[in-house]
Amino acid sequence: MKKGIKLPKNIIKNIVIWVIDLIILIPLILVVINSLKDKYQASSMGMDLPTKLHFENFVTVINQGKLFRSFLNSMLYAGSSVVFGVILASMAAYVLSRNKSKFNKFIYFFIVLGIAAPINYVSLTKIMQITHLMNKPIGICLLYTAMQIPFSVFLIYGFISTVPKDLDEAGIIDGCSPLRLFFSIVFPLLKPVAVTVGILNFMGAWNDFVTPLYYLNSAKNWPMTLAVYNFFGQYQMEWNLVSADILLTSLPVIIIYLIGQKHIISGMTSGSVKG
Amino acid sequence: MTKKQYPFYFVLGALALYLLLFVIPGVMGIYYSFTDWNSYSNDIHFIGLDNFKTIFSSGENYMSYIKNTIGFTIITSIFKTILGLVFAMLLSEGIKGKNFHRAVIFMPAILSMLITGLVFKSILNPSTGLLNATLTNIGLGSLTQQWLTNVKIAFYTIMTVDTWKGMGYIMTILMAGLQSIPRSYYEAADIDGSTPWEKFRYVTLPLLMPSITVTTVLNLIYGLKVFDVVYALTNGGPGYATEVLYTSVFKEFSLGRYGIGTALSSILLLFVVTIGYFAIRLLSREDVEL
Repeated sequence: MKKGIKLPKNIIKNIVIWVIDLIILIPLILVVINSLKDKYQASSMGMDLPTKLHFENFVTVINQGKLFRSFLNSMLYAGSSVVFGVILASMAAYVLSRNKSKFNKFIYFFIVLGIAAPINYVSLTKIMQITHLMNKPIGICLLYTAMQIPFSVFLIYGFISTVPKDLDEAGIIDGCSPLRLFFSIVFPLLKPVAVTVGILNFMGAWNDFVTPLYYLNSAKNWPMTLAVYNFFGQYQMEWNLVSADILLTSLPVIIIYLIGQKHIISGMTSGSVKG
Repeated sequence: MTKKQYPFYFVLGALALYLLLFVIPGVMGIYYSFTDWNSYSNDIHFIGLDNFKTIFSSGENYMSYIKNTIGFTIITSIFKTILGLVFAMLLSEGIKGKNFHRAVIFMPAILSMLITGLVFKSILNPSTGLLNATLTNIGLGSLTQQWLTNVKIAFYTIMTVDTWKGMGYIMTILMAGLQSIPRSYYEAADIDGSTPWEKFRYVTLPLLMPSITVTTVLNLIYGLKVFDVVYALTNGGPGYATEVLYTSVFKEFSLGRYGIGTALSSILLLFVVTIGYFAIRLLSREDVEL
């Protein structure tokens, strides 16, 4: 009897969840469908299927939207912040976690507070001018690295306690310098958390547009997100092209999400759930 | 021994960047909020509390930006928590392909708000958009709205889009929280003949409280710092109806009124650091002693 009641309830549950999925995916489906239409059919940006598949939209967008250039910019910003961020944050987290002196605990707390604190973009301008980083790609790379340090340190710090301390001691007895010990023995063991941090930093930098909005005045240095927005300003009437542009810009993040889903979800939720 | 083995210069790279590009601007910002710093002159004068007097005076719109920010924060926090909890419980049992559904509901969180904002602008377009067209087609034409240009509705539209984007993240945290509740508690409740509501009220909810506290803190911090969704959908309009603190900072910056801009930013800092202080204490795996 119990089974008889349970079965229809589960069917309803499953239907409900599929409907929710669909509602969530509508914007994405809309973009995919409309990126393949011609200009006139896409003007209403509707759910009707394309009468003919216009793959040439993507070629048009890459050429007219100068997508290749902004793709390289985005890669540079996201890539460099991943490399610098992971290395600097894991070095800091390693020492802060291994040597828990009162001072180091304070430094850890001080850095991690940056997860929540907002950035004062206005006065940051002053620093950017003083350091000659204003309107320069390297400035954006450093800014992204700096912004991601608090959360990266937090995640790696939590992981380092699972790496046995005996390894450090063995290394010291063998006469390794601290740097060599860290990079040849400890760092390889941090791979799971380093991958998570790397993916999160990459996506964060890829999706951000506020920083270049403030600190990059030249369109040739813009990342993809800002380039799309600008493209939309010029081609508002051609939703087929705008959709194609949106799809190409989102694709790297979606691909990374599909491959690294486990890392992303565990990274973004870790620390929030105590075992 | 530990000192030699774990030298402090390992920390310096991260610390220096963080200090230079994050902490110092924040501290400098507090100083500049007491000045008339602007783009028209090279001199910066100390003007005391004038910027704050301007912000809190009734003749200006700034108070409404603060009110909007707080309203946005509270309403989106409530909706993300409720929907996140409902979805988490829906997925907790009797669902096939749980991980697939979780991945789908989480996905908006990884997309750029600037770009998804463009898509929503099209969906919400009053004359050609998908939403009004669908409402008309299913005979609910009376519900069609000027979603982003009606002063009364625009802000709620923004909150809805933001909930669409953020609820999957909250759901995922709550799902992990639900999994950590031992099955035996529910079995015991079954033996006592509890109704589903009683099980929710007296087992699930109390044991999920730590997770809900965490998601609430995350929602509050996010809400106070909101920029992307407002900038992408309305940029503060119509008029100033949807202006929030961070978008107004950008506007002051564009107008060259840096003094007011940093003052607004410092108010935001005060809000967030207060909440953030308690947040980090909760999030840290170890108790940090100062």
